[in-house]
Amino acid sequence: MTATTAHAHGDAARPDGTDTPVLQVTDLEVTFPGTRGSPDVTAVRGVSYELRRGEILGIVGESGSGKSVSSLAAMGLLPDYARVSGSIRLHGEELLGLDDRAMAAKRGRAIAMVFQDPLSGLTPVYTVGDQVAEAVRAHNPHFGKAAALARAVELLTLVGIPDAERRHRSFPHEFSGGMRQRVMIAIAIANDPDVIICDEPTTALDVTIQAQILEVLKTAQRETGAAILMITHDLGVVAGLVDRVQVMYAGRLVETGPVDDVYYRTRMPYTMGLLGSVPRLDQDDKTPLIPIAGSPPSLTDMPPGCPFAPRCPLAVEACTQAEPALEQVGAPGHRAACVRAGEIQANGWTARDVYPVPEIGDPPQAAVPREDRTTVLEVENLVKHHPLTRGALFKRRVGTVYAVDGVSFDIREGETLGLVGESGCGKTTTLLEILSLDRPQSGAVRVLGTESGRIGGRERMRVRRDMQVVFQDPMSSLDPRMRVFEIVAEPLRTHAYPKDRLQARVIELLRLVGLEAEHAARYPAEFSGGQRQRVGIARALALEPRLIVLDEPVSALDVSIQAGVVNLLDDLKARLGLAYLFVAHDLSVVRHIADRVAVMYLGKIVEIGEVANLYRHPTHPYTQALLSAIPLPDPEKERRRSHIVLEGDLPNPADPPSGCRFRTRCQKFAVLGEEERTACREREPELRRRVEGAADQAAACHYAERQEPL
Amino acid sequence: MAKFLIRRLLSSLILVFLASSLAYLLAATTLSPRSNFEQQQPPLSAEAIERELDHLNLNDRTPLAERYATWLSGVVVGDFGQTITDQSVNEHIARKAGVTLRLIVVGAVIGATLGVAVGAYSAVRQYRAFDRASTVVAFFLLAVPTIVIAVVLQVTAVWINDVTGRQLLEYGGEYTANLDAGFWGTLADRVQHAILPTLTLVLSLFAAFSRYQRNMMLDVLASDFVRTAMAKGLTRRAALFKHALRTAMIPTITYFTFTFGILIANATFTEKVFGWHGMGAWVVDSIVTNDVNAVAAVTCFMAVCVMAASFLSDVLYAWLDPRVRVS
Amino acid sequence: MSIATEREAQAPDDIPPAITGRWSSLAKEVLGTPRVVVGLVIIGALVLMAWIGPLFSPWEFDERDFFAFRSPPSAEHWFGTNTTGRDVFHMTMVGLQRSIVIGLCAAVATTVVAAIVGAFAGYYLGPTDRVLMWITDLFLVLPQFLILAILYPVLRGSEWPVFVILLAGLMWMVTAKMVRGMTISLKEREYVLAARYMGVSSGRIILRHILPNMSSLLIVDITINVSGAIILETALSYFGFGVQPPDVTLGSLIAEGSRQALAFPWTFWFCTGLLILLVLAVNLVGDGLRDALDPHSRRRS
Repeated sequence: MTATTAHAHGDAARPDGTDTPVLQVTDLEVTFPGTRGSPDVTAVRGVSYELRRGEILGIVGESGSGKSVSSLAAMGLLPDYARVSGSIRLHGEELLGLDDRAMAAKRGRAIAMVFQDPLSGLTPVYTVGDQVAEAVRAHNPHFGKAAALARAVELLTLVGIPDAERRHRSFPHEFSGGMRQRVMIAIAIANDPDVIICDEPTTALDVTIQAQILEVLKTAQRETGAAILMITHDLGVVAGLVDRVQVMYAGRLVETGPVDDVYYRTRMPYTMGLLGSVPRLDQDDKTPLIPIAGSPPSLTDMPPGCPFAPRCPLAVEACTQAEPALEQVGAPGHRAACVRAGEIQANGWTARDVYPVPEIGDPPQAAVPREDRTTVLEVENLVKHHPLTRGALFKRRVGTVYAVDGVSFDIREGETLGLVGESGCGKTTTLLEILSLDRPQSGAVRVLGTESGRIGGRERMRVRRDMQVVFQDPMSSLDPRMRVFEIVAEPLRTHAYPKDRLQARVIELLRLVGLEAEHAARYPAEFSGGQRQRVGIARALALEPRLIVLDEPVSALDVSIQAGVVNLLDDLKARLGLAYLFVAHDLSVVRHIADRVAVMYLGKIVEIGEVANLYRHPTHPYTQALLSAIPLPDPEKERRRSHIVLEGDLPNPADPPSGCRFRTRCQKFAVLGEEERTACREREPELRRRVEGAADQAAACHYAERQEPL
Repeated sequence: MAKFLIRRLLSSLILVFLASSLAYLLAATTLSPRSNFEQQQPPLSAEAIERELDHLNLNDRTPLAERYATWLSGVVVGDFGQTITDQSVNEHIARKAGVTLRLIVVGAVIGATLGVAVGAYSAVRQYRAFDRASTVVAFFLLAVPTIVIAVVLQVTAVWINDVTGRQLLEYGGEYTANLDAGFWGTLADRVQHAILPTLTLVLSLFAAFSRYQRNMMLDVLASDFVRTAMAKGLTRRAALFKHALRTAMIPTITYFTFTFGILIANATFTEKVFGWHGMGAWVVDSIVTNDVNAVAAVTCFMAVCVMAASFLSDVLYAWLDPRVRVS
Repeated sequence: MSIATEREAQAPDDIPPAITGRWSSLAKEVLGTPRVVVGLVIIGALVLMAWIGPLFSPWEFDERDFFAFRSPPSAEHWFGTNTTGRDVFHMTMVGLQRSIVIGLCAAVATTVVAAIVGAFAGYYLGPTDRVLMWITDLFLVLPQFLILAILYPVLRGSEWPVFVILLAGLMWMVTAKMVRGMTISLKEREYVLAARYMGVSSGRIILRHILPNMSSLLIVDITINVSGAIILETALSYFGFGVQPPDVTLGSLIAEGSRQALAFPWTFWFCTGLLILLVLAVNLVGDGLRDALDPHSRRRS
């Protein structure tokens, strides 16, 4: 075992560039042989980098860029049919070609990994304590069972599992996503590794939980002194966390360097586009996002030249000749793979100079004051409780989930209301209740003045015309067995649209959402995610609705694609005067698209108001915490900010806290005097205007006060 | 938990009751016990026939509802009536149930265990020699009706006995009648008789289970938690055995319930071919002899077995999978 | 979808990849699976043999050769003769025809019943589901073999289609449960929700969205049921509860042959061999189709 030699507790110093790298990857290439005559897929094409002791290195890229595959190669966890070439050295020792036994001795001890999905990452049939203890015993066979378990409890406490002494006996399914991810981190640091690879460790988590996990990772690094390789698609997460960042595209590094250089002195058009397409939480004025046209190349049959050339606005003849090498630009350590990098540097171009910025107007109703516009949707004290059953086999009712518990809001013509909140807050239930047109358990839903549940079949159909839906997952929202024409024509047929005009209408709709007429003959599987979402939007527009309900319409898309869809939605609203109910967890996207926003927590709206006000001066502690938890893709701002990290998880929705539902996690409650706390415990704060001067902003907090978290 | 078990048990009971009733009604309407007596030599007088039929509650001139009521009143107190030869059905059950249960339990345990082991191992060795060989064997066995397996085993046994010149394998009956060989001798004799019938069941069950377990295992092999286990520092073998197999066993438990009905049917064929006097062979005989009460009783027995198997598999499932346990 | 892109897909893994939507690409996928091709070729050969073979046979189906009782295979009697001097080859071919037809019809009928019951139970849930699933459970508890055997007197004298209906009536339950499960998960798919929220009626949703999206599964299921029906038929025939003479199936031939398998092996082995070959081929097709059509079980080969 050589791994122990490099242990460096307490001197997690910044890399000084003198010592040998902990992990050194040279010319790594990974190919998956094709099956049944399909061509080979080269997922990683010649990647070289090194990771120094105590350093945090970020690898950023979109789906299919090869960022995960390269790290799995380092762990020796690729399937055996993958062909790997190049070299991966850990403390100078070559890892490629080691047999499973030798590699197993390294894994977990010298190099550990935290995976993306904590849901499936833990074995469902063993307790979390046993799974951590197993990691301990894997490398310390002399540890007895009891000793290993004791160490496991120690580790679980370290990563912030409350009451680990007792909870180590829980099974993974009894833990929330955040808790499971903590367990994964405990497993990763069980043997003081020198390198921890984190593969999208927070992607599957809510923002407040993400903030917690990032803190845990920082703790873990402090404790072990390990170097961290942070793989993510989120430009915000890396901004404040890493020392250096590398951007991957189509299996290669296209830009790498110190984080400030890459963010502020971007030299590769792809990185520019990536940064430009992210909706910014800290941007007030509504400027359209910068979408990158097209989609990433398939990795099977790469044409010569720069893989980004087909999407690059700066592409010239030379770009298609040969793939540009990663060369130094500007400051030492900053390298980019672009033939025009020098030009970009010389001219000081930014994303807005390089990419065409679309123009988007305002909806016709924007001139009319809000009060004078027609109300398209009115939700009044909506309640949806459903029974909570336990056990897949012996089902029984163990309580009531207060999924939506008295929610009220309205949407006027030409307006977008963003309904935001973390998973489990009831936003999706609210949306489904509105769409069902059934009579709610309590309260009322009125679509254009027609109350749900009090109408006959004919009237129902009429309401259906006026209200359409776009779903989150572009993969599953289109019937894979139907051609696009049939998909878009379905609402028209259902509502007896004249047959002779059907085809013309479908083509008109496809053009409206930026697709071509010939796309009508294709199947959903032939489209990329963004295009599929456009088909979904075309279908929603078919009957000329007044209101479109959007359920996380862009959260399954890569940022560069997401920007295009967000712009399209903005544009359609302006041109057709639509109203949107936009349900999302991503507050940045909502800030970009919404006029008003409602924040939900445990089945209730805690704050609602006009978007600029609410983001600039949130008054509810939860809104403040939410906004504070979102990392900005801006390294300097990120380093200056101090995040509010909420404690714990969402309380059980079947057993919400008394009084104010947020008080158990509230950062404000924590600093209140005992007397003031009584109000929080005993009286449920109603949603009303709390702060003078804010015209359209209401919060449900006894002690609401303005703050600037950004 | 207890409440659930009771509710579950209750609904099982109702299903068993309905299944037996249905079988009784079907048998009572379609079988004709009368012909048994009419063809008897020497011929019985018309009154005697009526008397016999009435005595056995098999008279088709009595309204069906009445016969059913009579049958039911017996069943409620645990009396399944008389066979067509005027013997107690209960006594028959007592004698024959053990035979069938022994066959089924031993066959199921060996077959399922072997199937799971082979299936899991072939998944790990996917597309290697072992996997290919076991796949070919399982595929072939799945294509052979149990009847044919039984007959072929019998033919093979005859051939082996011929070649070796010794009565190595027995292929008729459960034991040698009037054997006086002490405890061990009797046991050896029983085992000798049991090998082929059990093997018949084992082979057909093995084929189904190995295919199923292989698929389940393959599903689990690529899952994230196996990767996590390897990332901790477990070797591939350890990760597969401790994490993948344990998890992949869970759906197999449910599969067991589905195959149990088939297992019972297979036991019927096996008993019949090898001349065992179990419930399976009895039901075939009783249909041929128009024995309505026996048919209903065997249906009831089989339904109880199926329900018991599904109950057992539910309990096993809950034991293996913490996710379905109720706190 | 290639392995690499699958592995790299950062979208949550629990969303199953879409079922490929094109019949042409399906056909390509299916024909690219050697098992399916081998199976189909064998089935094709057996069908040809079953229907064309008798035309070449010098003996009629019910013709007896009084000069050759129980004679082994020869140039004159390709598969030998049986106890009554009938030509085993011709009988076997006719039996093969029957078995193929019964297997196919029973399987299709089974799957249709199962699809309807399962889809309605799964889509409507609530009372509809409870009633339908309860009936399914009842049928599952009933020993199917036994019920068929009890109904044998009814069968006596009726044609084989009645037999097919009975087979289907006792084989649909497991598939129905599976279809129900699939329906419940498909029902939550967003395209079904979208259709519902645009006002498409429930019946239409089942027909247009739910059943077509399980078609691959149903096709696989049909093949499985074909072999199931053939094997069940064999078992029934063994006890004389199957198709009645003078009609023959492979099952009834096996039943007859098995009693003299040692003395006159040709009466047993030919029909048995053909039956095994037939079931094997059907299973091969089914297994291959499952891999090709069902994205969940798609594996690297």
